[in-house]
Amino acid sequence: MRHRRLMICADPRWLQAIALSLLLSACSGREETGPPVLNWYVFDEKSGAFRDAVRQCTARADGRYRIRITPLPADADQQREQLVRRLAVRDRDIDIVGMDVIWTAEFAQAGWILPWREAQAAEAIMGMLPAAVKSAVYQGRLWAVPFTTNAQLLWYRKDKVDRPATWDELIDAAEAFDVPGALQVQGQRYEGLTVFFISLLASAGGAVLDHDDTEVSLEPVPTRRALELLKRIGNSPAADPALSTAREDQSRLAFETGKPVFMVNYSYVWPSARQNAPAVAGQMGWMRWPAVVEGLPGRVTIGGINLGIGAYTRHAGMAFEAARCLASEPNQINAAQKGGLPPTIEALYRTPEVRARFPMADTLLATLQDAMQRPRTPFYYDLSLAISHTLHPLKDIDPDADAVRLREAVGRALKSEGLF
Amino acid sequence: MKARGNAERRLAWLLCAPAVTAMLLVTAYPILYAFWLSLFRYDLRFPQHRQFVGLDNYVSVLSSEIWWKSVVNTLIITAGSVAVELVLGMLLALLMFRATLGRRTIRTVILIPYGMITVVSALAWKFAFDPTTGFVNALLNLDNAWLTERWSAFFVIIFTEIWKTTPFMALLLLAGLTLIPRDLISAARVDGASAWQRFVHVTLPLMKPTIMVALLFRTLDAFRIFDTVYVQTRGAGNTETVSLVGYNVLIARLNLGLGSAVSVLIFIGVLIIALLFLKGFGTPLTRQQGE
Repeated sequence: MRHRRLMICADPRWLQAIALSLLLSACSGREETGPPVLNWYVFDEKSGAFRDAVRQCTARADGRYRIRITPLPADADQQREQLVRRLAVRDRDIDIVGMDVIWTAEFAQAGWILPWREAQAAEAIMGMLPAAVKSAVYQGRLWAVPFTTNAQLLWYRKDKVDRPATWDELIDAAEAFDVPGALQVQGQRYEGLTVFFISLLASAGGAVLDHDDTEVSLEPVPTRRALELLKRIGNSPAADPALSTAREDQSRLAFETGKPVFMVNYSYVWPSARQNAPAVAGQMGWMRWPAVVEGLPGRVTIGGINLGIGAYTRHAGMAFEAARCLASEPNQINAAQKGGLPPTIEALYRTPEVRARFPMADTLLATLQDAMQRPRTPFYYDLSLAISHTLHPLKDIDPDADAVRLREAVGRALKSEGLF
Repeated sequence: MKARGNAERRLAWLLCAPAVTAMLLVTAYPILYAFWLSLFRYDLRFPQHRQFVGLDNYVSVLSSEIWWKSVVNTLIITAGSVAVELVLGMLLALLMFRATLGRRTIRTVILIPYGMITVVSALAWKFAFDPTTGFVNALLNLDNAWLTERWSAFFVIIFTEIWKTTPFMALLLLAGLTLIPRDLISAARVDGASAWQRFVHVTLPLMKPTIMVALLFRTLDAFRIFDTVYVQTRGAGNTETVSLVGYNVLIARLNLGLGSAVSVLIFIGVLIIALLFLKGFGTPLTRQQGE
């Protein structure tokens, strides 16, 4: 950076203005009058459903508090980076945190969020999907109230292919088309690749960590099976030429061009296709993930947002109340209708409002009821980096060697050692 | 005479003192603190488990295959971009120097890429090379997914770097060109030297200190490359640079000890480069116009 200084014209008046505005902004902020403001840190939801929830809950508080959204970036990694930096220095302004399901163990263990008292917890999670609740539980306590959820489905072209029963059938069917990119999956080196691997592994009957999420599991047979499948997909003529940089959105856009026949993706692709490519949407089918080994149904990991309470908040009592209100039934219905975010309250999947927005509600619900958790360890980020860095790019996977490398990398991740 | 020199020297130090103190506070303190942190096993998530481990973090980094791969990648990007930038920068500098018509316009236009935020230019070129949204494939009649393969990804990264920082190189070199006495060039011309001979035997030797400074600045800058790689590949496909490794450990994994060790090693890398330049070129940097 040294040379850049040469380029700046240091006009003192200009510098003074900056210094003054910095000082002023540092002083302001604390001088608001009226009821206390609860800051809700959550990703910037574009449809306005979260803002509706804020208005509704502020009205319900009847002047005791106001809720204010502080928007975070769209990318989950960047959301976490910003939150962690604030929480690690005990930011008292974080009252409610919109947490990705994979942060629960880390934030809880670090003491960055408050646990829910038992009576409160029991009420808050009433009627909610067990898998969504489990994603907010760590070491026997509830750390957040589930607000929205999500899981991947298999999307296919009803006019071109039949519903495959297994992943092998799926790949065969995609290859029969002789179109590069006929099969759309996520192969970039990021969380999505970790999700893909963990889901395949779970469908093969394995898991990354043992049942209490403390030791490496990665049983040899299912691990090998999952790695072989990834390798086959990576080298398949049906794979996208840009597989190694493909994320969910690239898959969605590719599918909307009409060439692909299969896609692994979340439910947001449906309204998008209806808007951007009605012809494709008309032929779009959905189903649960096919089996990896015959006899075991395909299973995928659960995603979504839970609402936790910042550990350093000045208004803990009100924050718990506000979080419950934000995640309550009317707001979940609105988030589903307006924002396309699947609810965590199980009964809502049978209401006409939600079914109108999610025609795939039954398939989604069945997937969610059987969904599994990503490893619930405070070192999840280390572990996820270890997995995606070891397995990228898919086409270079060597099942024997990589099973060993993976076990070794995950072991180091659990101790937070070494580089990935 | 001597006493006066000493007094002047003392005054010079006194006048510099506030700046030196400020520099020490804002640069030396963080560097020393990073070194101190690098001796601990220290995770931001669990500050209470902080533990002194001596040089263990350095052993862990230096024995890691990932670190050495990233060093090689960084050197590839550094060498590739700086070499081309020097040649292009020299051409642009000569152009700016010689231009008689619209001199200010030419200088301004050449500087535009440098005025752009790195993230913006990285994104712009990422989209340009993208097979679905980009124009590059259409222009060259190709069907490449540029950022998915290691060498083509390097090409895009280096290209972006060159596009963005060549103007800086050109500007520094232009400053050197203007320092060359006109009479030397005229004398050479009178002696019958061709344009190429005048450039190689008069201009280049006189510009050596400037070229050296420009190269040093750019190499140090290029060695710490982060934004372009972060935006374009995030280090995938074996294009990870040392700064990206540091970022992953420090910011994503919150491992302050190990991450600080990586940062200190990058700093040492920068020091080595600076020393190599000073020794290798043998140009006394501080006596450019003094003698």
